[in-house]
Amino acid sequence: MVTIAEEWLNSCSGCEIALLNLGETLLDLLPDLSFVHIPVLADNKYYGQTGERSALEIPKAQVGIISGGVRNEEHLEVLHVMRKQTDILVALGTCATEGGIPALANLTSTASMREMVYRGQPSTVPGPDPDTEAHHLPRMLERCDALHQHVAVDLSIPGCPPHPDWIAEAIGALLAGRAPKLPSRSVCDGCPTYRTGKSSSPALHRLLDQPAYDADQGLDAMQCLLEQGFMCLGPVTRRGCGGRTGSPRCISARVPCRGCYGRISAHTMPMVDYVGALTSVGQNFAAMPDKQGYLSRFDGSEAILKKLED
Amino acid sequence: MSQTIRIAPLTRIEGHAALDIHLDQDGDVSEARMTVMSLRGFEKFVVGRPVEEVPRIVTRICGICPWQHHLASTKAAEACLGVTPTPTATKLRELCQMLATIPDKILHFYFLAAPDFVLGPDSDPAGRNVVGLVGAAPELARKAALMRYKTQMGLEKFAGKVIHPVAVLVGGFSKPLMEEDRRELTALAQEALAFSLESVKLAREQIFPKYLKLFQELGEYPSAYLGLVNPDDGAMALYDGIFRLMDQDGSYDEFPASDYLAHLAEKVEPWSYLKFPYMRKSGRLVMDEKAPVGVYRTNCLARVNVCEGISTPQAHGELEIFRREFGRPAHQAFLYHWARLIELVHCCERALELLADPEIMGRDIRTQPIAPRAGEGVGCVEAPRGSLIYHLKTDHEGMVTAANLLAGTTHNNAGMNLSLKQAAKTAIRGGVYDQGLLNTVEMCVRAYDP
Repeated sequence: MVTIAEEWLNSCSGCEIALLNLGETLLDLLPDLSFVHIPVLADNKYYGQTGERSALEIPKAQVGIISGGVRNEEHLEVLHVMRKQTDILVALGTCATEGGIPALANLTSTASMREMVYRGQPSTVPGPDPDTEAHHLPRMLERCDALHQHVAVDLSIPGCPPHPDWIAEAIGALLAGRAPKLPSRSVCDGCPTYRTGKSSSPALHRLLDQPAYDADQGLDAMQCLLEQGFMCLGPVTRRGCGGRTGSPRCISARVPCRGCYGRISAHTMPMVDYVGALTSVGQNFAAMPDKQGYLSRFDGSEAILKKLED
Repeated sequence: MSQTIRIAPLTRIEGHAALDIHLDQDGDVSEARMTVMSLRGFEKFVVGRPVEEVPRIVTRICGICPWQHHLASTKAAEACLGVTPTPTATKLRELCQMLATIPDKILHFYFLAAPDFVLGPDSDPAGRNVVGLVGAAPELARKAALMRYKTQMGLEKFAGKVIHPVAVLVGGFSKPLMEEDRRELTALAQEALAFSLESVKLAREQIFPKYLKLFQELGEYPSAYLGLVNPDDGAMALYDGIFRLMDQDGSYDEFPASDYLAHLAEKVEPWSYLKFPYMRKSGRLVMDEKAPVGVYRTNCLARVNVCEGISTPQAHGELEIFRREFGRPAHQAFLYHWARLIELVHCCERALELLADPEIMGRDIRTQPIAPRAGEGVGCVEAPRGSLIYHLKTDHEGMVTAANLLAGTTHNNAGMNLSLKQAAKTAIRGGVYDQGLLNTVEMCVRAYDP
């Protein structure tokens, strides 16, 4: 029996749904797992069941799983308590490993975000803003961070969301006391589309245009979307979204990759590496619009995002 | 001495919130609030992005209803660019919305809410969850888990990605429906329909009668309701329609989503990061459970209240049973659960209708060409948690210059706060409370499926 505590921080609950999408595998694993804390599914409370405690507590567990990045003081407090109370801490999903889409907030300042949301919207009647001094509300941090920027993380499972195969692999490995085998190469490495070695398009396409393919034929009869001139981020993205055996999921839907599994490794720099990827298919990196919005869409906690305003 | 009870986190809901109950010196409830603890600010950081990328970003607002964010934002982007999707694409989108809504409703009813019903609101909190449910009703729990799983996987097989989907594109849909997909999805939707009918019967006969009484004692209040309806016959509309904003007495205003600013406004409160929409015509929002002003509610109870009927027969039959019992509009928060199951039946029936429509098999899946331009547009769909409105503006390169978003749970912020305040005031007197009573108060929030 393994005890597990699960938390979600600056997250959307997609990772938790991915956990449920283990389906029968999860039902089979359940007898070996004991969830001592998991807010989306069970009722354990930070301050006791009747709010009797003043300090935030989470029960001890062998494994801690956290989805979501760190955006406010409560996230930070929960993260530190989870680290202290668990033996093995798992960062689940790209928000936890590299900030994920919510870390696009690092393009802007917290103050300007609050100004827009509470004072700058056409439907909003400004009032006293959310006040963390007068009320029991956590203060927002200036940045959205990944977990490893604040505590030691023992295992990272990227993906937005992670494919259930990798969640099962990680849980299985933890139960067996071995290191999990997770994917480490690029999306292109597992992509079935064919390549000709040169671009079939004179210019880059935004997703306003339609990729060419024959719906009656498989993915292997579709030309590489990067070669077709679409800004597919496969070359700078870690593979694994299709699970152990499936094709990359966006490619299965006949659309280009946007990088949701994060960087191929912590040592790569998509903003630099993509220059080479575009050059190799005869495209000009300088012509690419909104470079940060594409190339740092999922790793905003790691990339040095240049603030675009204030 | 006065004190504040903080119950955090609110559990078995789909977001991040806490419940604060303030007691006066007699131990009676002077105030009770649901505090939403964080702001992610998607409206801010979609600005500057190409508008066609917004549907691939905003899915991360909600991992449970990403399809609805995907769809509503695409509609807003299309309005900016002056693009109309092809008829086949429109049907494929609605099909995906129906198929995505089925597992969402199963998740809420069986995984999040049912532990309270089956194990009891005051049962041991350590076992009051889906694992406890598996222990108490193994066959039912396993069946629900598999049905949820199968619909998720069926949609994923067709659309490539089910959590944070990518298949809806400005101008259409990324791939056609093939005959093999159609056969598999039809079998799946038939199985889901049978399961849904069993679920609503089980709930109607064995679960709801007991809890309706409990919730009646905790109180109810009248409010207005917002939901999309078909402009021709007022039937419930989930994918497309006009808004109907129905007042407490059943009278209503109708308006297209593009006029939302004339009808809806949002208030900021210093104690929550989540804003509080209200009816603009009321001029203000007063969250007083005895005399509420400006409060409207959304989500499934609102949709069954505002509609004249439901276009599919079995769901309409269930609506008639519901209306005979509770009238229209029905106000009790607990009835959200009942309305949710009626919608579950409708989504299965509607998926089957769409799958039987020859036009859905068309190959004309996308309007082309599409050119960037300066524009402004509003897009909406009904999401499981309520009306979802996107308002975008673009510059001449099709880059986003402004974004405003009113999501389902946000519309219900005032409504949830009123329900829990009323329940807390009724349930907690003289400083006497325990975990069971506090969970009963929390159940009022859970009914809204936030």
